[in-house]
Amino acid sequence: MRRQVPLFITFFVGTLLIVSVFIPPMENLGEDFTLFFDIIAVFAFFLGGGNLLRVHLTKLYRKSPDWGFSVVTVVGFFLMLAAGLFKIGNPGDISASVTAEGSMFQTMFNNVVLPLQSTMYALLAFFIASASYRAFRAKNREATILLVAAFIILLGRTPFGMMLTAWIPDSWSVLQVPNLAIWIMNSPNLAGQRAILIGIGLGVVSMSLRIILGIERTYLGDDR
Amino acid sequence: MIPFEPIRLFAFGGFNVPIVISLLIIGGGMLWLLIRSLKAKEVDRRIVFVFIFAAVSAPLLFEITFDETATPIVKGVFEKIENMPERSRIVIAFDFDPAMAPEVQPMANAVIRHALAKNHRLIFISLWATGQALMDKTISEIIPAEFPQKQDGIDYVSLGYKAGNEGVLNVIVSNVKKMFPTDVNGVPLTDIAIFNGVRSMKDVDMVMAVGGGKPGPKEWVLFVGDAPGGPPVAVGVAAVVAPQMYPYYPKQVLGILGGIKGAAEYESELLHNYPRFAEQDTPGLRMMGPQTLAHVVIMAFIIFGNLAFFIGGRHKEKRL
Amino acid sequence: MKRSSLLVLAVVVILFAISWILKANQLSATEENYILEAFLITFAAFLTLSVLSFLYKDNPFYKFAEHLFVGVSAAFWMCLGFWSTLVKNLIPRLSEGLSEFFNEPYMPGDYNFFFWIPVILGILLLMRLSKEHGWIARWPLAFIVGTTAGLNFVRYLRSDFIEQISATFVPLLIEWQGVGHFFSNFNLAIDGQFVMMLSNWVIFVGVMCGLIYFFFSKEHTGVFGTASRVGIWILMITFGASFGYTVMGRISLLVGRLTFLFKDWLGLIS
Repeated sequence: MRRQVPLFITFFVGTLLIVSVFIPPMENLGEDFTLFFDIIAVFAFFLGGGNLLRVHLTKLYRKSPDWGFSVVTVVGFFLMLAAGLFKIGNPGDISASVTAEGSMFQTMFNNVVLPLQSTMYALLAFFIASASYRAFRAKNREATILLVAAFIILLGRTPFGMMLTAWIPDSWSVLQVPNLAIWIMNSPNLAGQRAILIGIGLGVVSMSLRIILGIERTYLGDDR
Repeated sequence: MIPFEPIRLFAFGGFNVPIVISLLIIGGGMLWLLIRSLKAKEVDRRIVFVFIFAAVSAPLLFEITFDETATPIVKGVFEKIENMPERSRIVIAFDFDPAMAPEVQPMANAVIRHALAKNHRLIFISLWATGQALMDKTISEIIPAEFPQKQDGIDYVSLGYKAGNEGVLNVIVSNVKKMFPTDVNGVPLTDIAIFNGVRSMKDVDMVMAVGGGKPGPKEWVLFVGDAPGGPPVAVGVAAVVAPQMYPYYPKQVLGILGGIKGAAEYESELLHNYPRFAEQDTPGLRMMGPQTLAHVVIMAFIIFGNLAFFIGGRHKEKRL
Repeated sequence: MKRSSLLVLAVVVILFAISWILKANQLSATEENYILEAFLITFAAFLTLSVLSFLYKDNPFYKFAEHLFVGVSAAFWMCLGFWSTLVKNLIPRLSEGLSEFFNEPYMPGDYNFFFWIPVILGILLLMRLSKEHGWIARWPLAFIVGTTAGLNFVRYLRSDFIEQISATFVPLLIEWQGVGHFFSNFNLAIDGQFVMMLSNWVIFVGVMCGLIYFFFSKEHTGVFGTASRVGIWILMITFGASFGYTVMGRISLLVGRLTFLFKDWLGLIS
């Protein structure tokens, strides 16, 4: 039950979805199973929320260090959940979009989720600058190639690059930095990315096969 | 070569004290950093942070802007929308979150404006929950104010978000109604004029996938664009994933709008062809000022770091 | 709480109040709910600055913002999943009464008994929260893994392997009219014959060498080693380009946040 059933489910669903691509009458079945997958995905969100609550309520119960911040998480969670599930302040009826402008849910998104998430990522601008100063060294030939390519792209993607190299005649225009940046993107970058893509593509295909055939079982965890 | 004409190099026109002072401060600071680096003295990371903050803030506050010219990879998308017959159906996918929005939202806005100005019909869809919130925000900000004659259900429709990542695409590529029985407001798809004659994504004329994560533009190419009979797909992607999309161009994608530079190029093309949008905000173009100065500062950091590395003799240290 | 911490908290509260009052005053001419609007903008600015304060060092304001983000994000995705997928895709296929309650069009023709399968599997997935019966969550997990494998198998093979290989076989001679013509018209224009041919050579040789670098079943020596070395250089250029684009992307995100602070909050730019 613990191992054989999951292995059978994986084999059955995986094979069905592959076969449904090639046999049109089975397309409908493939769509149904994909819909099942989409519905289970929502339960995965519930699992995530449930797990978050479990972790933070345990922290609160045990009065762990910084338990006060767990209160923030729990209160924020329930406020957002109530605003969304009950569609508080939604201008339409129950079938209206949960994210309709003016609803409490959308207001909380615009003024809490949006600033928090975008600023979290904006921090990376500072860290990448710091890393450029401290760690980006031309230590050897490979690192130098990387550095030069990065330089050309950084310069070529701004008007500054054109200002610096506008004097280069049209018959040598590939040497103008913006054009050089375009050439790098369209040729060596494309070649490198394609090699990576083919490698990953083959990896995904072989891993999918291993999973479907039950050779790859790590996703089942151990039996303890 | 790429035609390039900086029409508004420095928008402040002539001598401007705040700009000159801020540039002097940044320049002076960089000089101090250079000297310190040459002496192989450590610089606190917070000082580096201050430089980046200043390099981004100054052009933003003093509104330094540049003109852009669309490169062929961006122009391909613009021309496709420009040359499609009126009333073509374009799917716009909002597969992003607020973290990516500053980069890709300007692309979505520009494409929406362009398509509606060309009298095309738009179908909004999202594979990210956050995408639906941003989509509703965008629709309510742009359409009623700039295109008051456009009607929900006739000229545009929002299908909203569905959970299931690429699973959603696997269904809509053969049957849209099965995945989206109604639009985001609960109106059955059978009652929506745009969907007359549309059974699957193969019946739309183009997909503009805007995003940068997973699921996102790549999944639209794999599951929809490359499906037998699939529609042409254009992508607008965050800069981080833009290089990864190049292998698909031009066979599998019409064009790529990569990062804020791609957005700025599209906005510029739109402004040159549609003067009616001159009054609208163009965040892509506006952001290229801070972008330029920040790139210069980061390049200076790399040079200084390397100077300190080589002059300080650390390159001779034995590496493990 | 330390005295200095209390002092910082008091200063933040006062600044928040001042910002709220000034913003409300500014919005009173244009907004109906200007007090609420002013509070919301000030709160968004407070959260933005709280996150940015991490640049100085980790502090309680950052921790507050971080914990709030985790809570609201989880609830946000749950609500969207519930309304968009469970209510719109599951309920109309299972229950007429619930469809009426949620004002969703019931689809008698689409009633499908088998749609209880994902409900059962979904509930089994939630069993993961139980220590004793958590193992049963492997069944829905197997369904998720199997579906992903089935969906990806064909698509990756088609788009990322076959199509990519096919796109790599590009003509290595373009508009070729002989060696004499080539040298007499030689130039380095970006749309010139030489650069276009060079691009195709780089693509063809670059992809091959890149793949050779990733081939670990044979020792990288001799011709194979040289090709592998060229592969590394191509990959280094690729990573350099990716780094350049990453810098561009990260800076854009910062510009986006500063635009909010300068424009929407402080009103410094138009």
